[in-house]
Parts: sequence; structure tokens; C-alpha cells
Amino acid sequence: MASLIYAPDDPLNAPMPAKCAKIQDYGIIGDCRSAALVSREGSIDWLCWPKFDSPAIFCAILDRGCGGYWRIAPTNAEGVIRKYVPDTNVLQTTFRCGSGTVILTDLMPVSSEEFKRTTRLPDHEIVRQIECSNGEAEIEMEFVPRAFYGLESVAIRDLGKLGIRMKVGKGVYWLRTNATLNLNEASVHSHFHIRAGEVFQFSFSYTEEAPALLNPLGDFVHDGIERSIAFWREWTSRATYEGPYREAVVRSVLALKLLTFAPSGAIIAAPTTSLPELIGGSLNWDYRYCWLRDASLTIRALLGLGYWDEASDFMEWMLHTTWLTQPELQTLYTLYGRRALAERELKHLSGFKNSSPVRIGNLARDQLQLDIYGEVIDAAAQYVFHGGTLDAGMQKALLGFGKYVVKNWSLPDEGIWEPRSGRSKHTHSRLLCWTAMDRLLNLRDHGWNLSEAASFSDTRKQIQEEIHSLAWNSSLQSYTSVLGGDQLDACLLLFAWYGFEKSDSPRMQSTYARLRDQLDAGNGLLYRYRKDHSEGAFALCSFWEVEFLALGGGTQQAAESLFDHLLSFQNDLGLYAEEIDPVNGNALGNFPQAFTHVGVISAALSIADRAKGAETLPHRQEKASSHSAVQGAKA
Amino acid sequence: MNWQGWLLWGFVATLALTTMLSGSQALGFTRINIPYFLGTAFTPDRRRAKLYGFFLHMANGWLFAVVYAFIFESWGHANWWLGGLLGAAQAAFVLIVGMPLMPSFHPHMATEQHGPTASRDLEPPGFMALNYGVQTPVSIFIAHILFGIILGAFYHVHL
Repeated sequence: MASLIYAPDDPLNAPMPAKCAKIQDYGIIGDCRSAALVSREGSIDWLCWPKFDSPAIFCAILDRGCGGYWRIAPTNAEGVIRKYVPDTNVLQTTFRCGSGTVILTDLMPVSSEEFKRTTRLPDHEIVRQIECSNGEAEIEMEFVPRAFYGLESVAIRDLGKLGIRMKVGKGVYWLRTNATLNLNEASVHSHFHIRAGEVFQFSFSYTEEAPALLNPLGDFVHDGIERSIAFWREWTSRATYEGPYREAVVRSVLALKLLTFAPSGAIIAAPTTSLPELIGGSLNWDYRYCWLRDASLTIRALLGLGYWDEASDFMEWMLHTTWLTQPELQTLYTLYGRRALAERELKHLSGFKNSSPVRIGNLARDQLQLDIYGEVIDAAAQYVFHGGTLDAGMQKALLGFGKYVVKNWSLPDEGIWEPRSGRSKHTHSRLLCWTAMDRLLNLRDHGWNLSEAASFSDTRKQIQEEIHSLAWNSSLQSYTSVLGGDQLDACLLLFAWYGFEKSDSPRMQSTYARLRDQLDAGNGLLYRYRKDHSEGAFALCSFWEVEFLALGGGTQQAAESLFDHLLSFQNDLGLYAEEIDPVNGNALGNFPQAFTHVGVISAALSIADRAKGAETLPHRQEKASSHSAVQGAKA
Repeated sequence: MNWQGWLLWGFVATLALTTMLSGSQALGFTRINIPYFLGTAFTPDRRRAKLYGFFLHMANGWLFAVVYAFIFESWGHANWWLGGLLGAAQAAFVLIVGMPLMPSFHPHMATEQHGPTASRDLEPPGFMALNYGVQTPVSIFIAHILFGIILGAFYHVHL
């Protein structure tokens, strides 16, 4: 069997981390239906099967005592280094021991639909392979499953050569390996010696349909790893982006892809729940849902990199899966477009570093967020301007959203940040209502028959006037978060991005200066809307700042300099959480976060556009349909 | 076998079923659009798919009405509640067996195991078609019971 070691470039001098030290100590593996988080010390501490939003079988990340985990690591590791096999989502953790070096490869095997039609493969599987590249080492494996978010221990049966079988609910888990296992009542352990050239494999699978598939280990697993690497590399090779920061952009789109639910096209915000926005704090939310507020930037990122199929799937999902609530839109939806679960607390879990409560479900489902109409319409407009077509049903849905905006744009709402303190007249919500009207009128110019054009035009003008008059605070010399307010919000940086006002206008320059002052989190980062230290700096807002600079709000050098600085906050695998602790740079909030990675991609695209001397915001011009990258991807 | 009854009331019952399901979709009870669901097996064009699917669904309805007619003949009588019971049984079969099987039959429908490849396909209905909305089973049950009631009540009525 050929070696699968992809040797890391860097020396193995990083110290071994303490257990569950930081959120950024995790990496993600997945198959676009579910995902798992793997720690630097080789422990899978988060896994929900069969779908992202299913109950967790491993959730030690939220409670080391109560949540389950699956750890494979040397007993005497002295250093560790991690990396993804280049251009893939196959994770490799290399442990340096006093006596040798071992490499742990973690993945959810993936393959093309054509291959799946010709080969029997488990419905859901994690493969872990540990091999010794030199010397020797003692390896310890602990497998501690805990069903339903740690509420139930799992009855484990040893079926000899077939493997370990665990029946939970309506499904069955199987653990198979070529290592010798010892069973306790509710856990499995193994301790073995590994020498240079030796390989041990572990396959953990889940199915809800009997009989389960029990594929062999050895070459079959080896081929599965090679096939997965080839799959991801082929997928990555389709990225048409050749601009600066390509490595960060490619890692971001690989992370974004892992947060896509392929059967429906939904993209979840993050694969986790309740990773805290402040250690010890209570801002802990379930992000395993699809938020529409991310729509416009997400489509821009996918189209900008040439991922036409993924963009089309997401458009289909947004316009068809939301059918049941149209013309109203909910803030968030489940993977299949259903209403999110009612929020409840899992009181038996102590939370990440005792940051409680741990919540599942999300109360934001009941909020009114007027910005999402503009997000969806803007996403659709970008899609059309890039050459996509919307059928009659999709056009009807968009017009329905437009009419809803005409009727409701002046209402107070919860706004993009979903505070639970009530509704206000948010400037950002009005900006996106303006965007909704503007894009529908753009689509009319693009050939749409729009009988409502007059009312859309009037509404656009009214909103514009209101923002210019009531959202502008002349004593502060700044736009404000809410109409007539005196507080700022990082969303104001998006005025230029949506085409409402150029970023080099005197008002925007003045707003930017004030915003940098009011929302400065230190360390070059920004809070999203306040400075009360109840949460970390919001990573996406800093990437919005890069966009603002790249769109003319600053120099190209300033945009690149900030982008370079922000790259220092990604973890060693190139992943970002929702927030960043401005004091120590640690990741905060759910992880990895789609919105942040979309921000990375979008900011890099804007920097690249400016470097090329391209027109500002080419992604929203009609001429974008001739954008070579997208045309290439479509071909 | 009452061929005239089958032809006429099979057609009427299928129309009623189709209308009921379309109405459920229009009123926001379910996302399932049966003509589109069936028609996309033959064409990706949404408008044509709905047209093809409509005719296919009508043919299906007539075909199932034959089965109902045979059952009524074997029982020796037909009435509205026997028809309703058959409709409920058919709905249960469609929801519990037929819907989860659809990705196997439909050439352009993703399975629950689809991925990571972007689908460009229809999302799978899942058990009892719950992926299309939690009220989908209710809509399908009521529509099929209505189908059975019409057939049962009028099968022996001669115009």
C-alpha cells in the first residue's frame, strides 16, 4: 500500500495544546451533508449525523465530561502540526514524539455521483488513518459516543471481525479497525504500538437503512482517501480566481463548500451550536441554519470564483425552498426550507469553557428583518447579470418580495444583528430595501417586464431621501445605525458595496472616520455595533472594511495592508470563526463561519478588481455577463 | 367492469385530486407541485415540465382508477366511504413507500446521500414528503381520500 503522507513543509515545533484549549484549535472535515470538528490533539469533539442539524453523537467541545469524543493520538506527543492536503478538505495532523513521527489523516470520504452509482459506499462515514513516517510510537485511541448531545450513553456490542455496532434511535453506527479494541460499557479503547511504515485504519459509519454496508479496510480505505483527495482537487481546480491571496481564497471556498447541504443547495451559517461569542458569556447560538442575510455576498463569492453550479443551487434553494412563506421571508430556514426549531437550552451541557447556556433551535426565526428582501433580490440580480436565467416562478417570487418591500419598508425591524431588545428603524434595513427596489428596476432595464416599475421607483426615491435626511447625524458628521440615532454600525461600510453611495464621497469618508473611532476593537479590528465588550470583534466587519477601502474608500495599499493583517487571525488551517478576541486574537463564536469566509473571498475579489483597474463593482454591472471567469465556469 | 364509470369518474376524481394539491401549494400548505415534480423527469424546462407532468398525472390517475374499479367489482359494490378508505390506503403507500423511492426512479432528483457535487437536481422528498413542508402529508392524504370518495360514490352512477 502506497504511503499517503503529504509531508508538511514546516518543522514540527508547535507545542502540544491543552485539551480543548481554543476554538481555533479545531479543523473541519465534511461531505456536504454533515461535518465534524477535529482538534489539534486528534480528537473529534463535534459530529452530527446524518445531517448538520441532527443531534450530536460527539459534542465534547461543549462539555468535556458529558459530550462524546473520539481521540486518536500518540501517548507521548511533544509537538503537532496540521494542514489540509493541499486544495482538499482532507485533514492531516502530524505528531512529533520523542521516538518518531506519526501522521493522522481525517476525512469524510467523498466521490462523484457517477462513482457512487457504481460502488457500494456507506451512507455516512469518517475515515481515520494513522501511519508512522519514522521511528515508532505508542498510540492511544478513545472512542466515547454519547447520543443526543450527550444525554444518552450508547449500548456498544462487539461483533468480532465485523466490528463494533451501536444502535441509536432509528440508526446504527459501526466502528471498524485493524487495531485491537477493548470495550467498556459505554466506550471503546485501544492502545497499540506503531513502527515506521505501519498503518492503522478506523472507519466509523452511520446508516438508517439496514443492512448496513461493511466495506473492507486496507486498500479499500486507502483508495477512498485517494479518491477524496482527487475529488477535492478537481473541485478546487475549477476556481477561476488568479488574483492575490489565492491560498486564503481557495481555503475559504473549500470551507464554504463544506457548509453546503448538497441535497437541497442550502448553505448553513456554521456547523456548530453555542460556541461562545465571549468566553464565559451567554451569547451562544445555534448556527446550523441557513440565513438569508448572507445571500448577496455568498452569490458574489461563488460567481466571482466561477462556481456556477453551487451558485445556481443556492439561488434555486432561496427562491423555491422559501415558497411556503412567500412573499414573506423568514430570517432563517432549515436545510429543506422548514421553519427552524423553537429555541431551547441543553442544561446538561456546561458549554465551551463553561460558556452556558448551550442552545439548539433559534429564536431569531420569529424576528422581522427587512434587509433579507434586498439580499435575495440583489443575489438574483447578480445571478442574472452574470448570465443566469430565472424562470417565471422565480421572477414571480422576486416581484412578490418587491411588493412586500413597497408595503413594509418603513416598519421598524430587528435588523441584521438580531438583537433581542426590540425593533428599531435600522439604516441597514432601509439600505437593503433601497437595494431591492434598485435591483428590480435594474432587471427591468435588463429586459424584465415590470408593471410595478412606477411604485418601485417611487419607493426607491423615498427610501433614499429618508436615509439621506434621517440616517445622517450632522453633529456627528456620520450616518448612524438607526434613523435619528447617534450610534454607528459596521453595516454602514456597505453603502458603497450596494451602490447606494460611493465610498470616496465626503459623507462616507466622514462616516468611516467616525466608525473607526466608535467601533474600534483594538488590534486593527472592529466591533459590529457597540463597544461594550460583551462579545469579540466581528471578523466579517473587518473584511467589509477591506471592501470599503478597495472600492475607493482608501488606497489599494491600505486595503491590502488590512487584508494582510486580517490573515494573521486565521487559524493554522486557514479557518475563521464568527468573531475574534481583539486582546489575544483567539477565535470566538461558531466555527468555521460561512459569513466570514464569504467576506474573505469578496474582499479578495474587490482587491483583485481594483488591482486590474476593473470598474468598481463589476459584479453588479450588466457587462458582468461577459465576465470571462464565469463564462469559463459555465462552459 | 363499468368502463364508462371508470373513464368518466376516474377523470373527474383525478381532476379533483390535482386541483386539491395545486390549491394546497398555492395556499402555502406544501411546496410540492405534482405536475412539475413528474414533468422534470422528462425536461428541465419548467413550463414544459408542468405541462408534461399534468398529462402524466392525469394518466396516472386514470390508471389508478382502474385498480379502484377492479376492487369495487371484486367487492360487488362501491360507495363513498369504501372509496375514501382506498384513497387513504393509496395515500399512505404513496407517502411511505413511493416518496422515499422517488430519487431512484426520477432521473433528475437528488438523493439524501447526494454530495458534495452540486446537485442541479430536484431536492428529495424524504419520508412522507416532509422535506416539502410539514403539511405535505396532510394535503396528499386529503387529496387522495377525495379521489377515492368521488370514485366510490359515483362509480355505479350511470348518466
